[in-house]
Amino acid sequence: MKTFDYVRARTVEEATAAFAAAPGARYLGGGTNLVDLMKLGVERPTALVDVSRLPLDTVDELPDGSLRVGATVRNSDLAAHPLVREGWPALSRALLSGASGQLRNAATTGGNLLQRTRCPYFQDLSKPCNKREPGSGCGAREGVHRDHAVLGHSPHCVATHPSDMAVALAALDARVELTGPAGDRVVAADVFHRLPGDRPELDTEIRPGELITAVVLPAATRGLPSAYRKVRDRASYAFALASAAVVLRVEGGVVARVGIALGGVAHRPWRARRAEEALTGAAPSRAAFEHALDLELSAAEPLRDNGYKVPLARSLTVDVLTRLAARSAG
Amino acid sequence: MTSRSSRTTLTVNGRERTLTVDNRRVLLDLLREDLDLTGAKKGCDHGQCGACTVLVDGRRMNSCLLLAVALEGSEVTTVEGLAGPDGEPHPLQRAFLERDAFQCGYCTPGQLCSAVGVLAEAAAGHPSAVTGPEAEAGEPTPLGAAEIRERMSGNLCRCGAYPRIVEAVEDVVP
Repeated sequence: MKTFDYVRARTVEEATAAFAAAPGARYLGGGTNLVDLMKLGVERPTALVDVSRLPLDTVDELPDGSLRVGATVRNSDLAAHPLVREGWPALSRALLSGASGQLRNAATTGGNLLQRTRCPYFQDLSKPCNKREPGSGCGAREGVHRDHAVLGHSPHCVATHPSDMAVALAALDARVELTGPAGDRVVAADVFHRLPGDRPELDTEIRPGELITAVVLPAATRGLPSAYRKVRDRASYAFALASAAVVLRVEGGVVARVGIALGGVAHRPWRARRAEEALTGAAPSRAAFEHALDLELSAAEPLRDNGYKVPLARSLTVDVLTRLAARSAG
Repeated sequence: MTSRSSRTTLTVNGRERTLTVDNRRVLLDLLREDLDLTGAKKGCDHGQCGACTVLVDGRRMNSCLLLAVALEGSEVTTVEGLAGPDGEPHPLQRAFLERDAFQCGYCTPGQLCSAVGVLAEAAAGHPSAVTGPEAEAGEPTPLGAAEIRERMSGNLCRCGAYPRIVEAVEDVVP
């Protein structure tokens, strides 16, 4: 590991100032991904600005019924929070289906969003990777890519985003609050992560020096039936081959509101807008759900060895929608 | 700016320690190399096997991924600190012995610290991926075999002693 300076920030202002003062710095949250990448040599920061003790560790109910989750709230605490379990259960389930108990105790809300892909070519310095080293090529496109993207990939990158939490946030219409040199701003969670295009080194819309301060769960999805389902190679402690977060409100026999996000299939949580449009106003039925997913997945471009993800994402999402519809109806 | 090493004070198994550590030092190496506490084991060194699990401020974590400089003021408990003040083994240690819940023993310190964390999390009402929707937030979560398996999934045992590890933890569930 390359040596680095260490700065413990006590305030948000101190953190952004320390970051600006040290070219090549990284913010340190729980470190569960960053420290690992530093050991691998993928990340070589000149300085770490430790933001894990910033006063952003609370979960606060806002007057409009939304919930503001501080960026340093640990994944395990967020998953266990009574208001999250009650109001946005898909988020709790998504968090609990990720990583291990040890990692969830260390990982933060902000850090979870900023974790990097687990593409083995990205993590191996001896292999080409446009995300790690722009212009070096993509080893995965014609290589080992069973776990990789089937939607929205580019000739430059076929990596997936590994977070479960981010998939739930995308479906629930959450917002990401940022602060930085140019001030504060808010980005919708479903567009916070990018598609790779010709800049695969950029995972998110975050700008240099910006810091995530909070994630807001909106009142609009509070209390609606929601669920998260994940399929993986083993029963626990593995990344998603495919996953789905769904929030569904049925009123008067038709779908009044639906949010669907797919995980493990793209460079970002894949918000299934075409499926949502097809379902909104329609009577909820298995056939309608299947039709909506077929519309969405008609955009899929599987690689040589990951075509299985298309029917997998279809069937698991249809299953989640069907269960939620049954709960809404009865 | 700061230098490439830092002065850090942390409490390990009840004893306060002040050390000058290289900023790159992870807690696992600090315990093993600097403090001669070799209970926590280095398995994968990438947070994937759980052999290095210790308790930090009462919560189980992978010590291989924690930078020591970031732990200023923390209380760390390793497997060496689980026994009571009179040397009486922790109930989980006794259960592991009684159930013969290991073969080579390399993962055992991590399994023990992780299980201590599991019991505390369940007592505090933390759910897991297999906890049913009927579980009340804030109420202690009952721990059956399925819950224990899910909650202990961050600790690998290459000898495959899982059935007896689950039984040992079940023995200690209140």
